[in-house]
Amino acid sequence: MHSDNRAPLPLKLAAAGGLFFLLAPIALIFVYAFTTEEKSFQWPPPGFTLKWIGVTLNRPDVWEALFLSLRVAAISTVIALALGTLTAAAVARSRFFGRETISLLVILPIALPGIITGISLRSAFSLLEIPFSTWTIVLGHATFCIVIVYNNAVARFRRTSGALIDAAMDLGADGVQTFTLVILPNIATALLAGGMLAFALSFDEVIVTTFTAGQQTTLPIWMLEELVRPRQRPVTNVVAMAVVLVTVLPILAAYYLTRDGEHTAGAEK
Amino acid sequence: MPVREPPPERTDMTDAVTFRGVSRHFGPVRAVDEVDLEIRDGEFFAMLGPSGSGKTTCLRLIAGFEQPTAGHIEIFGERADGVPPYLRNVNTVFQSYALFPHMNVLDNVAFGLRVKGVSRAERLKAAEEALSMVELAGYGSRRAGELSGGQRQRVALARALINKPRVLLLDEPLGALDLKLREQMQEELRKLQRALGLTFVFVTHDQEEALSMADRVAVFAEGRIQQVGSAEDIYRRPASRFVADFVGSSNVIPADFAGVGAAGQWASLRPEDITLDPAGREAVVTGRYFHGRVVKLALDVGGQALTALVAPRDDLPDAGQATRIAWDPARVHLMERGS
Repeated sequence: MHSDNRAPLPLKLAAAGGLFFLLAPIALIFVYAFTTEEKSFQWPPPGFTLKWIGVTLNRPDVWEALFLSLRVAAISTVIALALGTLTAAAVARSRFFGRETISLLVILPIALPGIITGISLRSAFSLLEIPFSTWTIVLGHATFCIVIVYNNAVARFRRTSGALIDAAMDLGADGVQTFTLVILPNIATALLAGGMLAFALSFDEVIVTTFTAGQQTTLPIWMLEELVRPRQRPVTNVVAMAVVLVTVLPILAAYYLTRDGEHTAGAEK
Repeated sequence: MPVREPPPERTDMTDAVTFRGVSRHFGPVRAVDEVDLEIRDGEFFAMLGPSGSGKTTCLRLIAGFEQPTAGHIEIFGERADGVPPYLRNVNTVFQSYALFPHMNVLDNVAFGLRVKGVSRAERLKAAEEALSMVELAGYGSRRAGELSGGQRQRVALARALINKPRVLLLDEPLGALDLKLREQMQEELRKLQRALGLTFVFVTHDQEEALSMADRVAVFAEGRIQQVGSAEDIYRRPASRFVADFVGSSNVIPADFAGVGAAGQWASLRPEDITLDPAGREAVVTGRYFHGRVVKLALDVGGQALTALVAPRDDLPDAGQATRIAWDPARVHLMERGS
């Protein structure tokens, strides 16, 4: 039953309390990005200034970490898009022995704690004598990025009627044309959503990265290091603010994109 | 039975589609089992059978979605072994219509020309023409989801016909439509087929639809063809007990009881061929069901159950009453096979 009655006061208070609990710490990060006090965080901030934004922009270590993170996230996402989509196509489109097992194994990396993934990758790299580099970070991130893309793509493949592919072939489209003109447009929003989520996850990943990064610092690792070494503390907050913006926007976009594709494509019966 | 034009004359032209000993087995399942069949050029051909009888698999074999595990198929005399669907000059109207949800109606119809590399202006013009042929002019900018079932069906038809196929395959094309729309589409499909002079092959489980639309009908059961013939043939002279029963629920009775053959043989007697006749055999009415234009009588003739369809009258016997019935032995068909 749906009524126009307004929510009772205790419920409103509980909701407000919940939101406060969730969002207040994030708001604090934003506030301290503009404080005049650089050694410690004191409340209320003694004064407000915009100078930390300028300081941050002039710190080369920030830029280095940021570019490494963006590069890793971009490459991991591309790998995940290719492999995740292909796996999803295989699992959703054909029946073969062990299909369910493969479906489970693909999802496993995200169910495993990141620390397990990290340790196992690290020992594998040292066993194979692979030196740590950007690529070892990318490999670590790809393990969970593939799952994100796979999950999005497999759901869309299952909702896209196989008759559409038959219809395209019947009308004269070869394999490539069927893929570009029919399959891709029908799974595009799912791939975009999966890709954005994967990018955001990779961008702020800490645990797996600590095991696979060697000497390089991604942005989240850089922030962790900054916290224990107090020097121009508000710089960390400025960076945190930037990270929030960079990750929230794609996640919002992904949310709206997947919501759009709720209908089952091609199964109008 | 509606009056029909005679089926196209048999000429020396090659058949549109030929099955030669075609089987399609899925593991132990014999979906299609050693089928031999000739579909003539320009005829309206129906594949009739219950679900799982292999008729849809046969259609998919012609379209190229399935390959035979044994035997081969010829399309206009050319062997189609291994030829992919997109290189066959046949097009399909799918049961679910399978319209592309990310395109509007016009782009759906123009798809076949698009993949052939026809210019945009040219293919959209052709698509408009195809849409007016199925009486959907002006619907081009709509999405498939905004159309009714009957309209989607027409779009699917226009999309399949724009490639100018030599054979059009229709998979239960009218199954999702309501009765009134179905009758209207039956009429239109028939007209379209005559106007275009194409070979139509359509799959249905509805015996009335098959009989009223098709020049010839193939009755399928368990992956095999039970009988091929004109509608009249199939109805009047069913080859087997299955055909007699599946097509128009006939009375399948021992031949000696029907008065046409020896014991051990079976005969088919259509319910409408049984008449109430004071000079006929004694029968007991075990049930009377009013169907509007006809009344169905369940009868017991000396232990043999029979069904009769008679015109409604005020003096029809009631359930439990005795009556007398007769039939013209010329209307009784002695079947080749009892099973």
